[in-house]
Amino acid sequence: MATPVNVSPTAEIVARANELFEDLSFNSARKWKAAQPDRKVIGYMPIYVPREIIHAAGMLPLGIVGGGDQLEVIHGDAYYQSYICRIPRSTIELGVSGRLDFVDGMLFPSICDVIRNLSGMWKLMFPHVYSRYFDVPQNYRDDTGGNFYINELAELRLALSELRGKPISDDELRQSIALYNENRKLVRELYALRVERPWQAPAAEVYLMVRAGLVLPVEEHSALLREYLAAARAEERPKRDNCRIVLTGMFCEQPPLNLIKSLELSGCYVVDDDLMLVTRWLIGDVPVEGDPLQNLALAFLHHSESTAAKYEPNQKEKGQHLVRAVKRSGAEGVIFAAPSFCDPALLDRPMLQHVLKDAGIPYIAFKYAENSGQMQPIREQAGTFADSIKLWSAA
Amino acid sequence: MKTFVGIDLGSTTTKAVLLDEDRKVIGHGITNSRSNYATAARVASQEARVDGQFTLFRRALTDAHAQVELDTFLGALERAFRLEQFLEQLDDLEQTCVGQIQGDRFAKVASGVKDSLAEVFKRLRAEAPELYAPGAKRKSDFFRDIAGSRYHAHAEEVARSAGLPYDLLLNVYDKSIIEVENRPPAGELSDKFRRALGRVLSAESSVKAAAPDIQKMIESALAIDLEETYLVGTGYGRVTLPFSKEHIRSEILCHGLGAHMMYPQTRTVLDIGGQDTKGIQIDGSGIVANFQMNDRCAAGCGRYLGYIADEMNMGLHELGPMAMKSDRPARINSTCTVFAGAELRDRLSLGEKREDILAGLHRAIILRAISIISRSGGITNEFTFTGGVAKNEAAVRELRKVIKENYGDVTININPDSIYTGALGAAEFARRAHLGQSDGSQQ
Amino acid sequence: MTTATKIVTSRAPVKEVIKDASMMKQKEMMAAHYDRLTSAPETGAKVAATFVPGNLNELIMCFDLLNNLPEVNAIQSGLRRVSGSYVLEAEKIGHSEDVCTYVKSDIGMMAKGNIAPNGKKFPNPDVLLLSYTGCFTFMKWFELLREQYKCETIMLHTPYMGDGKITKNMIDYMVKQLKDDVIPTLERVSGVKFDIDRLREYLKRSTKAEDDLVKVLQSAKAKPSPIDAYFGGIYYIGPIFGAFRGTQDAIDYYRFLREEIEDRLAKGQGPVTPDGDMGKEKYRLVVEGPPNYTSFRQFWKMFYDEGAVVVASSYTKVGGVYDFGFRHDPDKPLETLAEYCLGVYTNRSLPMRIDMLVNYINEYEADGLLINSIKSCNSFSAGQLLMMREVEKRTGKPAAFVESDLVDPRYFSAANIKNRLESYFQMVDQKRAGASAAA
Repeated sequence: MATPVNVSPTAEIVARANELFEDLSFNSARKWKAAQPDRKVIGYMPIYVPREIIHAAGMLPLGIVGGGDQLEVIHGDAYYQSYICRIPRSTIELGVSGRLDFVDGMLFPSICDVIRNLSGMWKLMFPHVYSRYFDVPQNYRDDTGGNFYINELAELRLALSELRGKPISDDELRQSIALYNENRKLVRELYALRVERPWQAPAAEVYLMVRAGLVLPVEEHSALLREYLAAARAEERPKRDNCRIVLTGMFCEQPPLNLIKSLELSGCYVVDDDLMLVTRWLIGDVPVEGDPLQNLALAFLHHSESTAAKYEPNQKEKGQHLVRAVKRSGAEGVIFAAPSFCDPALLDRPMLQHVLKDAGIPYIAFKYAENSGQMQPIREQAGTFADSIKLWSAA
Repeated sequence: MKTFVGIDLGSTTTKAVLLDEDRKVIGHGITNSRSNYATAARVASQEARVDGQFTLFRRALTDAHAQVELDTFLGALERAFRLEQFLEQLDDLEQTCVGQIQGDRFAKVASGVKDSLAEVFKRLRAEAPELYAPGAKRKSDFFRDIAGSRYHAHAEEVARSAGLPYDLLLNVYDKSIIEVENRPPAGELSDKFRRALGRVLSAESSVKAAAPDIQKMIESALAIDLEETYLVGTGYGRVTLPFSKEHIRSEILCHGLGAHMMYPQTRTVLDIGGQDTKGIQIDGSGIVANFQMNDRCAAGCGRYLGYIADEMNMGLHELGPMAMKSDRPARINSTCTVFAGAELRDRLSLGEKREDILAGLHRAIILRAISIISRSGGITNEFTFTGGVAKNEAAVRELRKVIKENYGDVTININPDSIYTGALGAAEFARRAHLGQSDGSQQ
Repeated sequence: MTTATKIVTSRAPVKEVIKDASMMKQKEMMAAHYDRLTSAPETGAKVAATFVPGNLNELIMCFDLLNNLPEVNAIQSGLRRVSGSYVLEAEKIGHSEDVCTYVKSDIGMMAKGNIAPNGKKFPNPDVLLLSYTGCFTFMKWFELLREQYKCETIMLHTPYMGDGKITKNMIDYMVKQLKDDVIPTLERVSGVKFDIDRLREYLKRSTKAEDDLVKVLQSAKAKPSPIDAYFGGIYYIGPIFGAFRGTQDAIDYYRFLREEIEDRLAKGQGPVTPDGDMGKEKYRLVVEGPPNYTSFRQFWKMFYDEGAVVVASSYTKVGGVYDFGFRHDPDKPLETLAEYCLGVYTNRSLPMRIDMLVNYINEYEADGLLINSIKSCNSFSAGQLLMMREVEKRTGKPAAFVESDLVDPRYFSAANIKNRLESYFQMVDQKRAGASAAA
């Protein structure tokens, strides 16, 4: 779409990101692949895969998070009963409708049983595509979970090497790690800007900017983030009397963009969230020197985010990541938003809520689907929540 | 002659189909299902027999080259027959109502009420022929519906002029109607036909000349005994079907076979009923290969449209035409019947147009149905669409779109008589069972 | 005109439910087990909790720990029809309607006093052995119990067989966890030093029981099948999946059971049902998915009333797959525990599960596949529609799909299920007859 003359620089950047977001045929990724012979694209699902390894193989990691609210699911419903979430059926829809016909591999991280089983389904449905269930350790000892994980990473490295036709060197891995360190840093900067001045970085815009990282090559995404950061910092936008909340539960099936917009419209600044965790999964920089696989493994074991799909070995620690997120971002409350039928989010919720209660942090909870159309109930709940927080803090 | 009867006890209506030995449908009948399933089955079955009789009349008149315009004549005969039936039931209703005039409630006013009733029924009988005049539009063909609305109208007037409380007259009606409705039709069918024939021959001058011949032909047709050689019943599982085990077939199998009888090339059948949706795959012989049902939730079924119609203060039959006016269907993601009203009001308040919302609703219904079809095995040419919703042009329009977009060019069959699909299949099962064509059923 | 077909009302005579003699023995074993558990506070016995898939009962016994399996308790609650109120209680406390009803039944049971089937209180666990195999929900279940009981929790992570095979990396990982985490913690909690020879001894006993179990399961290849491998099967797998694998009790039970079944086999008898011996065997089915427990008898009756017997099922492999050659191997005790955990049915990839079902249909000469899809169990349910179509494709036999739940009675609609089952049986009849239209 043509950009009108007096559109702000931020809006123009967001428009670009929005175009990528709405493109269910992944044309930008297709173009990338077509630009040079022998290029390959590896798709991956939430929550986390070590994209560095894919990048090091000269391939494009493509984040697949379902089809969203613009995709009608016709064939995908043949694969799932009504009491299973929507992301696997819209992902299958993307697959059988040919929208993923340029993708050479699919990685299914260990997040839940639905995605786990989908990895097997994909093997049967798309046998010519390299499909792998990517198991992460639930044991965090270096010599136990660590060794297991390093071997997993090595298997992935080997498989991608074979796909490429050339081994992936340690140096290539180190370079990729450096690039992704940079990218993660920029995403953290973006989140930090939002914590600092949420009116300068509306949640819906931040979402689109981060989401673009799922389809763009990491170098391009980092450039885009820098552009947006500069523009967003420069642009003066009106402050609103919104309360500050942390959004949690949206780490897999994504909410419609309208839902995020609705939250802010009803009086809540989203100052932290777990949307698209892959972009921030590893906290801090992964060391660039030394054995890259070992570094990635150690980073995963000791410097990664917490989420429902990850076992918390220490009872006292359970839920504390959320409390810390609230404190760190100066939030006043938490909104639990889980996709319908999502085992990880829904099973974890009561425990997290107990922890919040003990810490005196208010919260509300609701369910959504990636194609939820009804925003009115969301606006009402969020609006009431925002009002009650303001009332309480005023009291 | 041998006939094979199939009876489909649905949640809203009960259908019956009569098949002859050559697999031709001779007659079908329909009645509204009520609490007494045995009666519903009998009534539907008799309706089919009546219809069958008319088929025999037509054959007799055709074979003998009767000097009469067949459609006009048979149309008139049918109307006259229905009138006779109606009058008979009116008599029954009157007697039953009179029988209710007892007890304290009526102590002081018994004779007044009796007189009023007599007046009401006099008026009902007087206007009855009008109801069955050519071109007369009736809201429904069921006795309860016709008699009920007319009774209420007359009773109100009569009660007023007689200075009696209206609800006394209502009371006796309410107590009687179910009984009357559930009473198996009395009287010899043949006599009813003869009386009807008499009406027609005396009323229609055009046939006066051929009258004696016609009478002979009709009598010859009446002489043919429609023997109920074998009967198979089907219907919803929760119903205790009033048939013995050997005479029951699952509704899914009946539906599949019925669709095959109507369209031998069909391989995929979609039925959207009042409260469930079935996706059925059949092979070249009409045998079910796969099926999926959604029977836990009425979303997207006929009832859903009923609620929408109520919410919008429209008639059910008006929904389709209004939806057809839209060219920008709203995107509606949920057809939850419980929230239908809220969703509707929300969108209207947001300024969306009625026709766009309705079009969107129809698309949502079809998408949901396609889900079931997908799970049952997708769409294989030819595709047959049955059930009440198949009469809704907006739903059909959306269906054609969705199929074209996702399955390419597929022949889509929609039969105006699709409501009889299950009964047709049941009748064919009856025929096969009789011929001993083994379908593996228990002895 | 002929009279219409007679209208029939039927009322079956009230019969006494007939129980197989081995079922009686099992009832005794269970009763004794619950007594041991509920008297733990008095006897001072320590209690471990773990899951049926990945149930390291032999290892647990090495530490003189009693084994309390929450899944088994949930099943018992379902069969006894009290799980409905437990599930409601859990939902009241704040658990979602969408999640596993085993968990909710357990949480609800705890909230309502944690009373065992014998009417006495369950003991608090001293240690939770989080055997993480085959099901994501297990992780959350024990996090919830840990929150409640604040006791030691040991994570034993079994990698998923995503590529259809066991790798050295997987075995090494698990053995290391056993050596460095599981065994030391169990030692600490129980105060009993680990003796690997004791483990070997228990594993030897397991093997004997497993041999007899497999003979019982494979007896269903006969026509008629002397067992029902789904409904009847639930009873047969109790000891081996529960707190008895590795015990002499289990050896006795399975020998006893095998002899009983061999006797039925010799006499050409079909399976025992609550209504007595099933009549003529008309349909042989393979069933995929857990059963419904709250309407267990009613569901079963829909099968045997039609002469349908289940000759093989996947659910009877959820706590261990023994009919494809695996036995617990005392010569490599830790590796064998790892292999056992890796091989449980729900830890197998979807292609592996399909292969197993196809194998069953062919080996057991079944007429088709029936899937009982459980609303609250994603591990089983996600992908079953594809499995159904694949199995149909490969075997040419028809499949049917019914939906219910584990222990939430609200999700069992007898009318709907019966409707689908009857349609399916008639479909099978039609296919067999190769019915062709006359025209």
